[in-house]
Amino acid sequence: MSLRIVVTVKYVPDATGDRHFADDLTVDRDDVDGLLSELDEYAVEQALQIAEDADDAEVTVLTVGPEDAKDALRKALSMGADKAIHVEDDDLHGTDAIGTSLVLAKAIEKAGYDLVISGMASTDGTMGVVPALLAERLGVPQVTLLSEVSVEDGTVKGRRDGDAASEQLEASLPAVVSVTDQSGEARYPSFKGIMAAKKKPVESWDLSDLDIEAEEVGLDGAYTTVDGAAERPARTAGTIVKDEGEGGKQLAEFLASQKFI
Amino acid sequence: MAEVLVYVDHVDGAVRKPTLELLTLARRIGEPVAVALGNGAADTAATLAEHGATRVLTHDAAEYADYLVVPKVDALQAAHEAVSPAAVLVPSSAEGKEIAARLALRIGSGIITDAIDLEAGDEGPVATQSVFAASFTTKSRVSKGTPVITVKPNSAAVEAAPAAGAVEALSVTFSDKATGTKVTGRTARESTGRPELTEAAIVVSGGRGVGGAENFALIEALADSLGAAVGASRAAVDAGWYPHTNQVGQTGKSVSPQLYIASGISGAIQHRAGMQTSKTIVAVNKDPEAPIFELVDYGVVGDLFDVVPQLTEEIKSRKG
Ligand SMILES: Cc1cc2nc3c(=O)[nH]c(=O)nc-3n(C[C@H](O)[C@H](O)[C@H](O)COP(=O)(O)OP(=O)(O)OC[C@H]3O[C@@H](n4cnc5c(N)ncnc54)[C@H](O)[C@@H]3O)c2cc1C
Ligand SMILES: Nc1ncnc2c1ncn2[C@@H]1O[C@H](COP(=O)(O)O)[C@@H](O)[C@H]1O
Repeated sequence: MSLRIVVTVKYVPDATGDRHFADDLTVDRDDVDGLLSELDEYAVEQALQIAEDADDAEVTVLTVGPEDAKDALRKALSMGADKAIHVEDDDLHGTDAIGTSLVLAKAIEKAGYDLVISGMASTDGTMGVVPALLAERLGVPQVTLLSEVSVEDGTVKGRRDGDAASEQLEASLPAVVSVTDQSGEARYPSFKGIMAAKKKPVESWDLSDLDIEAEEVGLDGAYTTVDGAAERPARTAGTIVKDEGEGGKQLAEFLASQKFI
Repeated sequence: MAEVLVYVDHVDGAVRKPTLELLTLARRIGEPVAVALGNGAADTAATLAEHGATRVLTHDAAEYADYLVVPKVDALQAAHEAVSPAAVLVPSSAEGKEIAARLALRIGSGIITDAIDLEAGDEGPVATQSVFAASFTTKSRVSKGTPVITVKPNSAAVEAAPAAGAVEALSVTFSDKATGTKVTGRTARESTGRPELTEAAIVVSGGRGVGGAENFALIEALADSLGAAVGASRAAVDAGWYPHTNQVGQTGKSVSPQLYIASGISGAIQHRAGMQTSKTIVAVNKDPEAPIFELVDYGVVGDLFDVVPQLTEEIKSRKG
């Protein structure tokens, strides 16, 4: 029996670019180059490793995002995923986490799955809640924030390193997993992989394919409202001294003047 | 006056500081009603009462420790039904955010994560968030349902505000999904005796410039002279010099202390994301062009192997 793995990947503005907001206070996705969220590369990597260890497995990468989000899918396909699904619809503009999880969950159900693998957080929204929301919506166990993961005989196991303790987790499939950047370096696409990716199937679905009404998503369907965004005032230029043998003492003097000592 | 649910983060009855900060924020919106779950839940009441909890709803069951997240969501949902609060506040830990998100979905509400401030507004609580690696500040609110908001540590002062803190048993029926993810083993983190990274008033961090695991002793000595927590950049963590639990940045901890001291750290955007909201920032780096210097209140261009020990000595002698 084949193991069906769906990896959710997000197309995000490059963190090293000049990220900002559009006039409607959504994240501006036009002016900054986008890419496959680095943290989702770890999810793709773990999916590929699990698939390699399984007798028969298929890895589908899924994204909800604008036209350019295809780039993220291509990258994941060139890493080795088998096929891709792109959910794209003009009405999706401005969708928040609750709405995104609805679209992803419907698409995952339509695709068919035994295991969903997500990244620990998107590098733009940084909420880290979509995997938990997917588990809630799909009604399956959440096995999240794993720095180590394995699948055997219909069971997923992993290690979750929390603040107070490191926990060993276990759940039966189907399940939703998310992996951290401690789970293992993601592979680089090989030349062969890049060529092969060009021939791999990318399906496009819109809201009607998923039986979702426009009002349920987008800016109007959002459960949260952003009322304002302000650029953080530049920090006032600090004092910079060159160490001429007294740098440590000068620093101590500064800390004392600020009452830290 | 409306009631506000506050989810209590505690270890066997010892309330963690971010929860007390939440009580300060909750009092701006209404009367705080605390929800404490698991082993030692009832022991939290005295501390919570001192900081403004009018009621403390408690429930203990083995499920909270034996299964991941969902039992806590079931309990918080039960508390939401019992109280009909004006808002639900949860500390912004990894687990806190997951609990909050699932609760929000169940009760048909929106969720805001990682707020750094909260105030009452005409249309419900207004949350301040710091986004894009802290280069922007936004004001948001939940526009549908009961606002569910997670708040980062160090977002408000802990204030004494004695209240009744009456302990009441919360009645919880676990859903059939509660036992989906089993916790089969747990290794508690060894205590270093230093303050918790996210809660510390001072954080002293080292990066690739520290040059080796053994040299982190210099960073620790400086931290100890100030009673600070120790942080590390991802480069230092990836090199195996310091544990990942101490990583500061986008994929590590986000800290907002009164004072942040970075040594041998260049100041990459992903590192900034976790420390840029610190009140005072100090850096030691031998490269005058290092981007970290754009953030500092005080910077020393120099070799950390000279500057850091001298600083530690000077602090010790000043403190006597
Ligand atoms: C998705 C993603 C997530 C990431 N998450 C994080 C994160 O959470 N946290 C994080 O920190 N990084 C994170 N990074 C990595 C980040 O991009 C940087 O690579 C990292 O922060 C660099 O660490 P560093 O400053 O210690 O090392 P470097 O950039 O190599 O800087 C070392 C600095 O030390 C100085 N130095 C060297 N020797 C000395 C000396 N003797 N005395 C004084 N100064 C000296 C050098 O001048 C240099 O400025 C992430 C990256 C990605 C892509
Ligand atoms: N628009 C999206 N398309 C596909 N996957 C997403 C999307 N948004 C979030 N995810 C997934 O959910 C994870 C956590 O995202 P977040 O909760 O937004 O931080 C990401 O690492 C992705 O795996």
